[in-house]
Amino acid sequence: MKIGVLLKQVPASDSRIKIADPQRGVALDDVKWEINPYDEFALEAALALLDAKVASDVVLLTVGGADTEQRIRDGLARGATAAVRLDDAAFGGSDCLGVSRILAAAVKAEGITLVFAGKQAIDGDNAQVPAMVAELLGWGYVGEVDQLEVTGAGAKAWRAAGGGARDVVEVGLPAVIGCDKGLNQPRYASLKGIMMAKRKKIDVKGAGAIGVDAGSVGASAALVSETNWGEPPARPPGRVLQGDDAARVKALVAALRDEVKVI
Amino acid sequence: MLDLFLDETHHALRDSAQAWVDRHIAPHAAQWEADKHFPRELHRAAAEAGLVGVTYPEAVGGAEGDVFHGLVVAEALIRGGSVGTAMGLGSHAISLPPILALGTPEQHQRFVAPVIRGEKVSCLAVTEPAAGSDVAGIRTRAVRDGDSYVIDGSKTFITSGLRADLAVVAARTGGDPDDAATRHDGISLFVVEKGTPGFQTGRALQKMGWHASDTAELFFEGCRVPAENLLGGEGAGFLGLMANFVSERLLLGVSAVATARMALEDSRRYCGERSAFRRPLHGFQVTRHRLAEMAAREAGARAFVATVAERHRRGEDVAADVAMAKNMACDACAFVTDAAVQLHGGMGYMAECRVERLFRDQRLYSIGGGTTEVMNEIIWRRGLAD
Repeated sequence: MKIGVLLKQVPASDSRIKIADPQRGVALDDVKWEINPYDEFALEAALALLDAKVASDVVLLTVGGADTEQRIRDGLARGATAAVRLDDAAFGGSDCLGVSRILAAAVKAEGITLVFAGKQAIDGDNAQVPAMVAELLGWGYVGEVDQLEVTGAGAKAWRAAGGGARDVVEVGLPAVIGCDKGLNQPRYASLKGIMMAKRKKIDVKGAGAIGVDAGSVGASAALVSETNWGEPPARPPGRVLQGDDAARVKALVAALRDEVKVI
Repeated sequence: MLDLFLDETHHALRDSAQAWVDRHIAPHAAQWEADKHFPRELHRAAAEAGLVGVTYPEAVGGAEGDVFHGLVVAEALIRGGSVGTAMGLGSHAISLPPILALGTPEQHQRFVAPVIRGEKVSCLAVTEPAAGSDVAGIRTRAVRDGDSYVIDGSKTFITSGLRADLAVVAARTGGDPDDAATRHDGISLFVVEKGTPGFQTGRALQKMGWHASDTAELFFEGCRVPAENLLGGEGAGFLGLMANFVSERLLLGVSAVATARMALEDSRRYCGERSAFRRPLHGFQVTRHRLAEMAAREAGARAFVATVAERHRRGEDVAADVAMAKNMACDACAFVTDAAVQLHGGMGYMAECRVERLFRDQRLYSIGGGTTEVMNEIIWRRGLAD
C-alpha cells in the first residue's frame, strides 16, 4: 500500500505574528517554520504502518516553494520514503479549494490509496483541505481521528463526539484520514535518518506533471479572497479595586453583576 | 554551537534534539532538580530518539556523526534547564570512549551497544578520595588470579555511579603512585558490572549543583572480575583515558557556553520586565553595559570552543588549545552566571529562579574533566614550554 501524507509548513506555534500590511497579510520575514503539528500525527500514523509492513511507501506531498524543503527533509529524515513538492507559477494565490485540487491530482498521479493529513493547519485554521481532497477524489473522509486501526481493505477510526462520547467510524479504502492530537507520539529525526534523507530526492512537479488544469487553481480560480488583515482588539487594562476588604468585595460583586453581567 | 561550522545535518539534528528536550526534559527540569533524581526511563527515551549514539560507530548502533553533531546535541540537552539531567544522561560520553579505544569487537558489542540502545547505563570511575585530576595517583589495585582480576579500592564523585549497570574502573596492575618513575605505569581499565560480588555503591553524595544527577562512591572489596573485562592490555588505561580528553573538554566547554547563554537570555528578559526607580532595569546604562559585557564574554568563548572543535575535526593536535577553550568557556560562564544572579537581585538568590541554579551548576565545569589549574599546566607544557 502506498500512503500519501499531506505536509504543510506553518509558522512555529510560539511565533509572534505581526501584521505587515492590512492588505497583504502577516510579516513572515522573522518567522521560524515548522511542520504543522497535526501533520506530524499524520506522518507518524503513516510511518507506523510502514514499520508494520502494512505500507510499502510513504510519500510526502507539499504545495509550496523551495523554502518548504527543510520541512520536507525533516519528514524524510523521520522515515518517509519519497517526497513530491508541488510548485508551479499557476498555483500562486490558490484558496483551499485550489490547494485541494492540486493535492488530489498529485494523490492520483502517485498511485496513492490512503492519505493521512492533519485535521487542520495551525496557521489558517481552515480545516478544509483534507475533506476537499477526499471529495475531489470521491473517497471517504474521516476527520479528527485520535485512534486508528488500518487493515488491508479498510480502516476503523475513533474520534471524540463531545461530552466524553466516542464516535467510531469504519471506512473502506481508498480514504483520507484527518489526524488529531492523541493519535500517536510523533518520532524525532535521528542523525541516521537525517543522513539518509540527504540522499533522498525531492521531486518537484508542476500542473502538467500531475494533470491538474492550471485554470482551476491559483488566484484567478479562487472563490475565497482575503480582503483585510487586522490585529485582535487590545485587551483593556485591568482595574485595581480600592478600599478595605468589605468595600472591595462589594465593588467586585457590583462590577461582575452590573458591568460584566456574569452573575 | 557556532553556526559557521555547521551544515544542514547539524541544524536538522539540533532542531530535532531541541524538540525532544523541550518535550521530555524542560517541563520537568525544576522538579527533577528538587527531587535530586531524574527517571531512569529517560535514558531509553533518549536512545530511541537517537540522541545517545550520535557520535559512535555504526557497528555498535551509532550514527557516526562528527564532533559538531555531538556538540549540538550536548547544547540542546543543557538547554533543557537541568544541567544535572544533561550530565547524568551524558555519562556514556566519558565511559564508552575508553571501551571503544581499547576494547575488542566482542567487548564493544557486550558493553557499548546496550548503552547506546538505552538498555543499560554506564559510568566512568577514575577519581579516588586521594586522586582526581592527577590520575597517576590512583591506589585502587587489580591483581591477576587465574582467569580473573581481584580489585580492591574505592572511587568517589562518580557521575551516574548509583544507577550505572556497568562501570569502567581504573585500577593499578603495576606501578607505584608514590614513585615518580613508575606512577604513570600499570594503570588498567576494567568493566565492572553491577551485581559483581565485592562491588558496592555507597550513598548518593550531596552536591552544590547538578542535583538531578546521581553522584556516588563505589567500593571494591575482593571484587573478582573476569579477565575478559580488562580493556586493552595491562597498563593501557592511561592511553585509553587520554584518547577522550579532547572530546570531554569540548563537551564541557560547550556546556559552559550553553549555560552562560541561558543565564544571559534570562537576564535580558528580566531586566526588561523588572523596574526600579520607575524605570525598567535596562533603562540604566550600568545594566545595559553589564548585559553587553556578558554577551561579549559568552560570544568570545563560544567562538573559540567552536574553532578548536573544527580544528579537532580536521585532525589537528589541539591538546593545548582545547585546554584554553575549556578554561575560557568556564571563566565566561562563571562571569555571566554571577552577573545574572546580581542583575536578578533578591530573585536571583531564590531557588525558584533559574539563574540561581545555573550559578551553582556552572561551578563544577572548571573542576570536572581536569581542573583549570591542570588545564593551565597543559597549556604551558604543550603550547608554551618549547
